[in-house]
Amino acid sequence: MSALKPLSRRPAWLGFVLIGIALAIAPFVVQAGLGIYWVRILDLALLYMMLALGLNIVVGYAGLLDLGYIAFYAVGAYVYALLASPQFGLHLPFWITLPLGALVAALFGVLLGAPTLRLRGDYLAIVTLGFGEIIRIFLNNLDRPINVTNGPQGINLIDPISIGGLSLARPQDIFPGMSSAHAYYYVFLAATLLVIFICMRLQDSRIGRAWAAIREDETAAEAMGINTRNLKLLAFAMGATFGGLSGGLFASFQGFVSPESFNLMESIMILCMIVLGGMGNIPGVILGALLLTILPEALRYIGDFQRAVFDRIIVDPADLRMLLFGLALVLMMLFRPAGLWPSSQRQRELLKSDEPAPPGLYDEQR
Amino acid sequence: MDTFLQQLINGLVLGSVYALVALGYTMVYGILELINFAHGEVTMIGAMVALTVIGALVGAHVDLPGIVIVLAGVLAAIPACMLLGFTIERVAYRPLRNAPRLAPLITAIGVSILLQNLAMIIWGRQYISFPPILPRTTYHLGGATISVLQIFILVLSLVIMAALVALVQKTKLGRAMRATAQAPQVAGLMGVNINSIISLTFIIGSALAAVAGVMVSAYYGVAHYYMGFLLGLKAFTAAVLGGIGNLAGAMLGGLLLGVIESMGAGYIGDITGGFMGSNYQDVFAFFVLILVLVLRPSGLLGERVGERA
Amino acid sequence: MKFRLLTSLLILAVGLLTSACGKKESVENANQVVVKIGSVSPLTGPQSHLGKDNENGARMAVDEANTQHILLGGKPAKFVLISEDDAADPKTATIVAQKLADQKINGVIGHLNSGTSIPASKIYHDAGIAQISPSATAIKYTAQGYNTAFRVMTNDAQQGRVLGQFAVTKMGAKKIAIIDDRSAYGQGLADEVEKAAKAAGAEIVAREYTTDKSTDFTAILTSIKSKNPDLIFFGGMDPQAAPMVQQMKRLGLSAQFLGGDGVQTTEFLHLAGADGEGVTASNPGVPLAGMPGGVAFQQKFNAKYGKIQNYAPYAYDSVNVMIDAMRRANSADPASYLPELTKTHFQGVTGNIQFDAKGDLTNGNVTLYQVKNGKWEPLETVKNTEPAPAK
Repeated sequence: MSALKPLSRRPAWLGFVLIGIALAIAPFVVQAGLGIYWVRILDLALLYMMLALGLNIVVGYAGLLDLGYIAFYAVGAYVYALLASPQFGLHLPFWITLPLGALVAALFGVLLGAPTLRLRGDYLAIVTLGFGEIIRIFLNNLDRPINVTNGPQGINLIDPISIGGLSLARPQDIFPGMSSAHAYYYVFLAATLLVIFICMRLQDSRIGRAWAAIREDETAAEAMGINTRNLKLLAFAMGATFGGLSGGLFASFQGFVSPESFNLMESIMILCMIVLGGMGNIPGVILGALLLTILPEALRYIGDFQRAVFDRIIVDPADLRMLLFGLALVLMMLFRPAGLWPSSQRQRELLKSDEPAPPGLYDEQR
Repeated sequence: MDTFLQQLINGLVLGSVYALVALGYTMVYGILELINFAHGEVTMIGAMVALTVIGALVGAHVDLPGIVIVLAGVLAAIPACMLLGFTIERVAYRPLRNAPRLAPLITAIGVSILLQNLAMIIWGRQYISFPPILPRTTYHLGGATISVLQIFILVLSLVIMAALVALVQKTKLGRAMRATAQAPQVAGLMGVNINSIISLTFIIGSALAAVAGVMVSAYYGVAHYYMGFLLGLKAFTAAVLGGIGNLAGAMLGGLLLGVIESMGAGYIGDITGGFMGSNYQDVFAFFVLILVLVLRPSGLLGERVGERA
Repeated sequence: MKFRLLTSLLILAVGLLTSACGKKESVENANQVVVKIGSVSPLTGPQSHLGKDNENGARMAVDEANTQHILLGGKPAKFVLISEDDAADPKTATIVAQKLADQKINGVIGHLNSGTSIPASKIYHDAGIAQISPSATAIKYTAQGYNTAFRVMTNDAQQGRVLGQFAVTKMGAKKIAIIDDRSAYGQGLADEVEKAAKAAGAEIVAREYTTDKSTDFTAILTSIKSKNPDLIFFGGMDPQAAPMVQQMKRLGLSAQFLGGDGVQTTEFLHLAGADGEGVTASNPGVPLAGMPGGVAFQQKFNAKYGKIQNYAPYAYDSVNVMIDAMRRANSADPASYLPELTKTHFQGVTGNIQFDAKGDLTNGNVTLYQVKNGKWEPLETVKNTEPAPAK
């Protein structure tokens, strides 16, 4: 945090302009240095940032452990896919399908939230996990008796987003030298910035403070007159909205969705992103999402790395890649238990915690 | 009626497999309130170690009865898993004891990924078969069939549960465990060495996982480095259903989950008039879980701990 | 904290840089053509044993090609296999596809699954790279209108039709129960078998489902038993099929068991043991033993990589088909050899390979095998000349 202080003396707009320029040219710099492949990874990192920020509202702000968050991503993706693909012959424009996907996801958020209001901690975790699986199983099986989702075969040939006649799948028609990965980068960036903006506004609002109160002590929050039921539902709905939005974007980007993209491991990875980055802290969550998207891809170079250092392959890189990923997860958590970039408030809590006895061993807050 | 009886038996056996794994989950949770996500992987390692020993013995044409060979496998797997469980706790959980609540959950996931890939390197990517050395006698019960191995698994999980309950309720070690679960600091002040109690809990839980792993691979005839994930997930569900932290609850939850899945797969088509089939088996199971938790937020036999903020 | 972040970023950057340097070395020799062939399959996760098998098959073909002193455009060609892991995940598949496209590979063998081959095919198509999947069976894979997508495997409709007809006419099944594992492969094949069996006059008495990670099938088998079928068809893979036949025996379910190419594997024999006896299953193409070079391939593969899991021969053929087209075009440039690829007439170890306009096999021959004395014995090869119905 202290590193940012000298900047604040300079005009604030300068910083924003610099960041803006950096973000705008990022895909071209990345492409020049590493190839379109990494632009595509950047695109996915942006999608995961949105997902992580959405889940952060539920877990980081309101303190509700959600292990089925990917369900909302799936709902958003399938709403987009069903309304803009040959599946039903519908080809609605993105400005209908994307908001609709987010809205339907929000409804599902409330649907999940309602029966789970009384549950706490790990009981909530297992129910949300079950919810995520239920959604995936339905998507996987609604090909009969009536074919809605096309079952495990998934939905193909989904329309790309097109803005004013420019299809983002083929931007080179108008802007030569630009790939679809570049075009989507800017759309995802805009959406991510919107999500960040909303999250920042929420954090310090009345709602944000009420969520913090619920997170820290639900009983006390209720006693203070906070309507915990509505606020918890709101947290689920808000988180789900972002999930649905990024799901729709994912569907248009990939052009293909199938249920296997929405499995439990994805939910767990998103949770890892926010905990690893720093729960409740927006920059931390962004960092976590970026890191965990890049890491598995960066680890693909172990083979080249071995060749460069030892001149031959010693251990099969495919064997090592995920092993190192698991190891990195453990090590990062051990060295920075509060996350890589924790919120300052959390840090204070953590520093305090060796004085008073915590109620349970692994039980900082529940 | 025959079909119903058979489905009940199917469910009870499947359920006791879940229960065996769930007992280990719930023991750790009872003391640390930590979801040990890596428990499924410990089960897998147990199965793999045992299969290596069993495979070697069968390959060497040792003239021993099948049960003895399997027992040798179990005896090799137990210390291996104990060591593994001890190490996991020391390396991945203990340093985070005062960290935010979700931190150990992430290391647990990391350890789980790590163990999976380690097992992949050691034992290879292919499925490993359990040699057909166990007696395969089946008995007929009404119109249903049940095999010796099935009876054995059912009885074994009940015996283990009873032994665990006795350990926790009747022995000095059990008292120390309960004290640690209740109030670790106070227990420490009273002369309980919390660290060794927690280590012991992990060691016992991992020994159970080893036994469970061997039983699962013997019963289904296959083992694979990925088998722990789904098994762990189901066992976790079972433990929560019964009330996590409660030994009898894990047993009940396991059996119940098995029966629910079995009945769900068997009858869901009839209930919904063919609209849904056995593909919705897990939906049905999770639906029952949600229903139970809505009515009893701490599981079937769980105590109400929610208000302890 | 800032310090640690910086160091970790630094390490990352160094890693990337060194890897970039590593790449340059391979293009040094100007007097040879380096032909980069990608191989993509899941190398981690539950299907990694199949993924590694595909990679090994492709690698063997590439290694062999390098000993043959092939000239392309007058220069000696050096073939390099670049293997990537898509973890059977559609999203990872597109990333990997882009990675390979960036590396300007000359062709790709993969992916293993339909769910990964389909989204990746769009990227290969946009980059103009030929893609031959050794194992994707979904009809949709070649039905997208991409001239770059091929496969050396029958599609679900081709194999499903043979299986369904065979079950009824040759195995005499009147009442059939069908189980699928709810994967794109299992469901696709099972649906086609159901269609064909119904058309041939059989009654489908039960349609049950499991997952591609399950090991307990007693519940669905018990309800199937109450319907009394003559035959059970399973659309899925060997790790499920083996415990399934064991559990059938235990439950006293005596129906015949029929599976597709996911079941017709040496692994199945190994896993099912004595309970596998009498199981029937199909595999596209003709028996390896009946093909020129088939036995030699098998022996060499066994010596080098151990048992064939499943699709290694198809991956091997895929590479050879691709190199064959390159030779005829006298170029490794996809734009030049793609037209030759469509005209392929290749005698591979899995059969005679020719492509139709979509990139499917024209003569999707399917061979049926039965387990006799612990071995897969070929029963007969069914000629499959009808065109696959468009979906």
